[in-house]
Amino acid sequence: MLRIDIETCIGCGVCEEVCTFEAIEVVDGVAVVNEKCTLCGSCVDSCEVEALSIEAREKAAQADLAEWSGIMIFAEYRHGKVAPVSFELLGIGRQLADQQKVPLSAVLLGSAMDGAAEDLVSYGADIVYKVDDPALEFFTDEIYGNILEDVIREQKPEVVLAGATAIGRSFIPLVATALATGLTADCTQLAIRPDDGVLLQTRPAFGGNIMATIECPHTRPQMATVRPRVMKTAAPDPDRQGDIIDYQPQAERLQSRVRVLRNVLQEQDQVNITEGDIIVSGGRGLDNEKGFELIRQLADAVGGAVGASRAAVDSAWIPYPHQVGQTGKTVNPKLYIACGISGAIQHVVGMQSSETIVAINKDPHAPIFDVATYGIVGDLFEVVPKLIEKIKEKKG
Amino acid sequence: MNIIVCIKQVPDAKDVRLDPKTNTMAREGVESIMNPFDRHALEEAVRLKEQHGGTVTVVSMGPPQAETVLREAVACGADEAVLVSDRAFAGADTWATTYTLGKAIVKNGPFDLIICGKQAIDGDTAQVGPGLAKRLNIPYVSYVRKITGFDGGALSLQRLMDDGYDEVEIPLPGLLTVVKEINEPRVPSLKGKMKAKSLSLKTLNAEDIGADPDSIGLPGSTTQVVKVFSPEFKGERAMLEGTVDEQVEQLVNKLGTYL
Repeated sequence: MLRIDIETCIGCGVCEEVCTFEAIEVVDGVAVVNEKCTLCGSCVDSCEVEALSIEAREKAAQADLAEWSGIMIFAEYRHGKVAPVSFELLGIGRQLADQQKVPLSAVLLGSAMDGAAEDLVSYGADIVYKVDDPALEFFTDEIYGNILEDVIREQKPEVVLAGATAIGRSFIPLVATALATGLTADCTQLAIRPDDGVLLQTRPAFGGNIMATIECPHTRPQMATVRPRVMKTAAPDPDRQGDIIDYQPQAERLQSRVRVLRNVLQEQDQVNITEGDIIVSGGRGLDNEKGFELIRQLADAVGGAVGASRAAVDSAWIPYPHQVGQTGKTVNPKLYIACGISGAIQHVVGMQSSETIVAINKDPHAPIFDVATYGIVGDLFEVVPKLIEKIKEKKG
Repeated sequence: MNIIVCIKQVPDAKDVRLDPKTNTMAREGVESIMNPFDRHALEEAVRLKEQHGGTVTVVSMGPPQAETVLREAVACGADEAVLVSDRAFAGADTWATTYTLGKAIVKNGPFDLIICGKQAIDGDTAQVGPGLAKRLNIPYVSYVRKITGFDGGALSLQRLMDDGYDEVEIPLPGLLTVVKEINEPRVPSLKGKMKAKSLSLKTLNAEDIGADPDSIGLPGSTTQVVKVFSPEFKGERAMLEGTVDEQVEQLVNKLGTYL
């Protein structure tokens, strides 16, 4: 609840000004809060006489929190290999573990895995809890969730990280809810505050227009999913030593009510836009479905995946999994080439964190140029074929 | 099939900015809308009802003005609407939200299926659907892109993955979160609009749902936002110059390390 100290309040109205939700107003010289209040805290920060406060839960006993120690990551294993995001998690996990002087562990789930646990050790894991079972061949929220929950209950890590992938974002909320602890989605920065060991989890919200730093102060573990391709992978060291433990789940924990019949891979080379180093995207400027042929050719030439704007997907020129933007996927490749994309904010929020952005558009005023590292004003049907030719020439 | 659809009223995220001076959200011109993904959840529920019978009940947790999106949902085909509203719910994170929604849904009565949008465009967490399923101890499937069949007891689905899709079966009662690819939402019908105007909403507060005061709102939340700030935009706007051939040449040279 928002508390207003009416003795202290001077009725200046600053809180009324800053409130986004029209939830506070000055009546008869004092601030009065109504039911629209969302406890966002803007007014508390703005009050110059400190008349406003928000009651939060009492801090849990430090002793309980101190029982939890160590950094744990969930290692995603798909189609015979460890997903790249898992190595990125080991990169940031190693930093956090070294800072806290605690071990870094990984939970590896899959079927018929060969050498994957050893890879995790060489990338920085001190301990790998491995479950290799046919029941884990396909991803199911329940089985993956059960096992991770059980390992966490036994090992009591202070921090648990997973990739913000279709898998991580689906089953990690189940684990956090089962453990009655906090979870922050899709983080792009993580740091541990040295004085109290609290994980500061920073993430975009409102489609990337606002960044928020979030804490999980009272419960453990502190859980976060981490956006792929943001954290740096450490260089692997094949001589690194670590413990690989074959974890034995209870048989009933390997049961899922949801049944996966089969997994269908789609044009894997060009569709998994969240993992590639290079993405070539097309938009309305392509005019029609055939326009995407050109985008595919450029993607092939640079070894990239194919992305698309919402306009192109809505026009059914290319399927939804290729869509970049607020209602599609958020990507951050090293190189993003936008062809015939105007740069509506809903697209830009999904790609603006790319390292280098190239924009090709015939409209010199297109907002895409505002986020572009290099812009070319011109007809993409003229520019792109020449670009393909030059790149092929250069690559020999 | 009795279906619950969870909907959220959100600020239109594309307009949300922080005021650089006060570091608060600028409210001018920011419209409140139904979360776009929830429209797809609602549409899918209405289609299932049209095929298999039953009812569609929309549930929203939010301030009293969330009534607007509930009525809009009725105009688009929902039969009943439940507003879960109490000042004590304010400041809830996803953990407190799933507790509250779970209690409200149980209080509302039996159901076969819950459908949620994959995420809300304000928080972008995608955590409420899976968390709610856990609260209710029902199976769930996230990122559903197509419902391919129903045999009376289980739904056959396609679930979007990062590298393709999975074909799965879920027994009911269960919960789905849907992506926008699943359907094209309809616009409100005249009949729907009339119904939306006259329908009396069911309202549930903290006491009605028997909520534990320590589990709701900000005090019941496991996470807290401690800082908000504006992202940094690069905005270099470096335009290449010359003929098309010259520009392409420059670009390929500049991109040297990537190629």
